[in-house]
Amino acid sequence: MADAPQIPDEAETRARWGAFAWTKENAAKAKEIIGRYPAGRQQSAVMPLLDLAQRQVGVETNTQGWLPVPVIEFVAAELGMPYMRAYEVATFYTMYNLAPVGRFHVQVCGTTPCMLRGSDDVLDACYKHGLKKGATTADGLFTLTEVECLGVCANAPMVQINDDNYEDLTFDSMAAILDTLAKGGTPKPGPQIDRQTSAPEGGPTTLKAMIKENHDYRGEWA
Amino acid sequence: MTGITPLADKDRIFTNVYGYQDWGLKGAMKRGDWDNTKALMARGQDAIIEEIKASGLRGRGGAGFPTGMKWSFMPKESKDGRPSFLLINADESEPGSCKDREILRHDPHKLIEGALIAGYAMRARAAYIYIRGEFIREAENLFAAVAQAYDKGLLGKNAAGSGYDFDVFVHRGAGAYICGEETAQIESLEGKKGQPRLKPPFPAGAGLYGCPTTVNNVESIAVVPTILRRGAAWFSSFGRENNKGTKLFQISGHVNKPCVVEETMGLSFRELIDIHAGGIRGGWNNLLAVIPGGSSVPLVPAAQIMDAPMDFDGLRELGSGLGTAAVIVMDKSTDIVRAISRISYFYKHESCGQCTPCREGTGWMWRVMERLRTGDADLSEIDVLQEVTKQVEGHTICALGDAAAWPIQGLIRHFRPEIERRINEKRGHAPIMQAAE
Repeated sequence: MADAPQIPDEAETRARWGAFAWTKENAAKAKEIIGRYPAGRQQSAVMPLLDLAQRQVGVETNTQGWLPVPVIEFVAAELGMPYMRAYEVATFYTMYNLAPVGRFHVQVCGTTPCMLRGSDDVLDACYKHGLKKGATTADGLFTLTEVECLGVCANAPMVQINDDNYEDLTFDSMAAILDTLAKGGTPKPGPQIDRQTSAPEGGPTTLKAMIKENHDYRGEWA
Repeated sequence: MTGITPLADKDRIFTNVYGYQDWGLKGAMKRGDWDNTKALMARGQDAIIEEIKASGLRGRGGAGFPTGMKWSFMPKESKDGRPSFLLINADESEPGSCKDREILRHDPHKLIEGALIAGYAMRARAAYIYIRGEFIREAENLFAAVAQAYDKGLLGKNAAGSGYDFDVFVHRGAGAYICGEETAQIESLEGKKGQPRLKPPFPAGAGLYGCPTTVNNVESIAVVPTILRRGAAWFSSFGRENNKGTKLFQISGHVNKPCVVEETMGLSFRELIDIHAGGIRGGWNNLLAVIPGGSSVPLVPAAQIMDAPMDFDGLRELGSGLGTAAVIVMDKSTDIVRAISRISYFYKHESCGQCTPCREGTGWMWRVMERLRTGDADLSEIDVLQEVTKQVEGHTICALGDAAAWPIQGLIRHFRPEIERRINEKRGHAPIMQAAE
């Protein structure tokens, strides 16, 4: 694809990542992951191991991580599968970063349900903060990506930043989240308006007994 | 009005849908999950399948295939030593859909208990739950809930004291809509690109690792324990013939209060929106169109859907479908061509690239849709686009090609004058008569 990122595989990348190996914790984690699949089917672990590797790269670079070619080679070797099979997986799925990203990966959903509720405003707030789609800010803080539906449509528009969702956004609340992150703060994940998860704003229309207590409805079963 | 009365709280299955209370094992047990699961299983495998068949439960992942019948396709015994697997599809990625997320993060034990019972009924050795990669916090809850179940002996050897050995594993995806397609999901779980397989063989014959596999949606599995506890007659007392039960509806777009809510099948669109979503933004006269079942189904204009029953057959009669019951509401401020064009972009982005009509067609259709959006096209291109959607539809291995074609067909069917208006306006003059062919 013409818009696919160019995969860096120059001498510099090899020099930096050629000796990649699991940390002690991740080695144990990798072993546990491989154990989830039947013997001889360890290739099934390629997706979780690529994710684990990307996260380790992230920790080592204080970013959200990416998958340099030598790291993909390492994962393939761990699982005894051809490099090309692992590379195919790394390039097929969007959550594997094939080029470095910043400390905060700002993934704005732009698909129709979010678009209808104002994802244009959310993107505008990002642009105003100096973010550009497909690029990382000069200070290395933010990488902006427009992503496809993240499955949070009843709380649209939304953004996923690193491992957290920020929902029910406006231009202002998105701008405030970016400001907070830039200052080293931690914004509150979830709905940014007065709302409990995906219940209607202002309070649920059903199951009101659940608000106060863990109500057991079995006594009301006929 | 459909004559269907709204669901009462006592008849809701997902009582912790909004996560007010503990999602963990303790909280779930207090709500009735894992209550004597052993006794439910002791009814026997065939009796469980019969009960689910009798309940009228149809798959909640979009296609609406009868769940009990699907299970009955699984082999009753393994003649060649191959184990069977249950694969639970938690790769919720259909634009508009956000129901499985609520089950995964707020009621995961309903799913895990359902996995044990369903897995037992279909004689599976283990269940894999394939959860979409972007559901990071949701997966954390799910992993933790599975660990809790193992801790208490509800999974593993002699699961829940039933004498049956059963494992549940969680597998995270990494961002690919196509992995919601059952055979693509199997490929992905085997550690490959998620490209759908040709059928036959069907998964029930040769699925995961070449073994018999049933793929079910999260909601289909999570409702199973409650159906068994309350009986098939209870579940089938909701909704119309052939469209039974309760359903998580996800209401997004131009309503006053978007939400996820469990309701009876067959409730009218108007009641669903007025009771739970605070009405249409700007009032009912401001409604333009609705995509009633997630992005794959054609849109329905306001006048047709207002009082239609929200179930499989009711929406099929309108030339659309219930899909996952992801209701995307659009008011009159919507740029309807852009709304559909954005869906076309989604399918272009998510096409796996395996079949030429879809790989090339989705990009082509999106580019034409963008020109129709700006009016930078010729009137004759509307028919050309319609024709191309027909060439993509039905000519691919999986249904992604169909799903990309239908929204465009729905747009042309219902909003052709709007598309023509843009083209004419762009040309700066009154409507032009087309020359005869």
